[in-house]
Amino acid sequence: MQKKLILDSDLLDITLSRLCQQLIENHRDFAETVIIGLQPRGVLLAEIIHQKLEKILRKPVPLGLLDTTFHRDDYRRREIPVKATETRIPFVIEGKKVVLVDDVLFTGRTVRAALDAMISFGRPEKVELLVLIDRKYNRDLPIAPDYVGKIVNTLASQKVLVELEEKGNNNKIWLINKD
Amino acid sequence: MSKLSQKHLLGIKDITREDIELIFETADNFKQVINRPIKKVPSLRDVTIANVFFENSTRTRLSFELAQKRLSADVINFSASNSSVKKGETLLDTVNNILAMKVDMIVMRHASAGAPHFLSRHIKANIVNAGDGTHEHPTQALLDAYSIREKLGSVTGKKIAIIGDILHSRVALSNIFALQKLGAKVMVCAPPTLLPKFLDQLGVLVEYDVKKALDWCDVANVLRIQLERQHIKYFPSLREYSLYYGINKKMLDSLKKEIVLMHPGPINRGVELSSDAADSSHSIILDQVENGVAVRMAVLYLLAGVA
Repeated sequence: MQKKLILDSDLLDITLSRLCQQLIENHRDFAETVIIGLQPRGVLLAEIIHQKLEKILRKPVPLGLLDTTFHRDDYRRREIPVKATETRIPFVIEGKKVVLVDDVLFTGRTVRAALDAMISFGRPEKVELLVLIDRKYNRDLPIAPDYVGKIVNTLASQKVLVELEEKGNNNKIWLINKD
Repeated sequence: MSKLSQKHLLGIKDITREDIELIFETADNFKQVINRPIKKVPSLRDVTIANVFFENSTRTRLSFELAQKRLSADVINFSASNSSVKKGETLLDTVNNILAMKVDMIVMRHASAGAPHFLSRHIKANIVNAGDGTHEHPTQALLDAYSIREKLGSVTGKKIAIIGDILHSRVALSNIFALQKLGAKVMVCAPPTLLPKFLDQLGVLVEYDVKKALDWCDVANVLRIQLERQHIKYFPSLREYSLYYGINKKMLDSLKKEIVLMHPGPINRGVELSSDAADSSHSIILDQVENGVAVRMAVLYLLAGVA
């Protein structure tokens, strides 16, 4: 098994700051915008971005988490089913701009399930997608991100490992070759 | 683990503590779903479920049907009273005919103990036992234990008294299995004539005095006197049963600690429970009903994952 470092801690911090600036460019003071992290692995990323945004804007920004398990299209088709986790959307999304946050965009099926799950809470005015890693050329569905940390060309057999910590001193993103 | 160890839910006896915990964790998420403005998820949209009821039911049947609809499953309902069973068709033939219409899952209630177990040996579809005679009623026990966990934080180490017609109650047996698997202490309380013969093999405490049982327990699960199953006299009169075993608000208020009052329904008000007790702040009877839908959603969803 080969491991290749795609992003180290310092570079990742710069990337995350850039993503925040891009978000502010489009959403200004987040008066009509909410952030929703996708369970399980988009949540920590959403929390980090949320923290950075609140620091820059000096005001609270709404943050939610969304579990997509019950909306997936592969239930009863995979060997080990995905375990359901918590959904917490403590605000109204009707008429708001929603930024969905996930760590890696691969086939696009999680995002499709997320769009479906999100609609159960209301009809947002606009939905955008932020991902840290975009695994281009691996999409099964016509889904494209609006904000991208880094584009990585990968094979379907490879794996992207995102190691994020709450404190954020030792964040690393790896590309793993399985053989 | 995110998968059940069994393909069917025939009884609590057959499943593990891990299974029960997985069902509870999944039910937590479904409880959140059914409290949303849009109470539906598309998880089982490719699954067809038949509710086959050979015995009367309102609550369980409505609860199952609602759970199935909230999961987007296709549902067909069958009740023996207006079917070919009356013309002499056997259980296996009836079910095989239903399955020939491409049904993936069967929820069955039957008056004979072991009917779903018999069926499980002959058909491929997942089976959920919705009550078999006086044997087991697993989803009721799961929702009871789930409600205790929700109210008291945990089931482990809690003292639960099951009071009433233990002899004829499938709820009692399933509850004993579920609560013991989760590490609770269980006591049964009834007149001696309403206790089953082999009770000593279940490892439960036995008490004949309802006041002592209430003093001991954290939770009292009160059962209905099942007159429809009692073909001989087990006690002189309902009035006398009520005098000795009925629970009222005054008794609950006289206890040193606050206890939780449960009942699987339907309540015979004035017999096992007085109205002021059933409607008191001790009672979580309506929470049980709400949790029933979430727990049944979890059971159906998880069983569908074990093809």
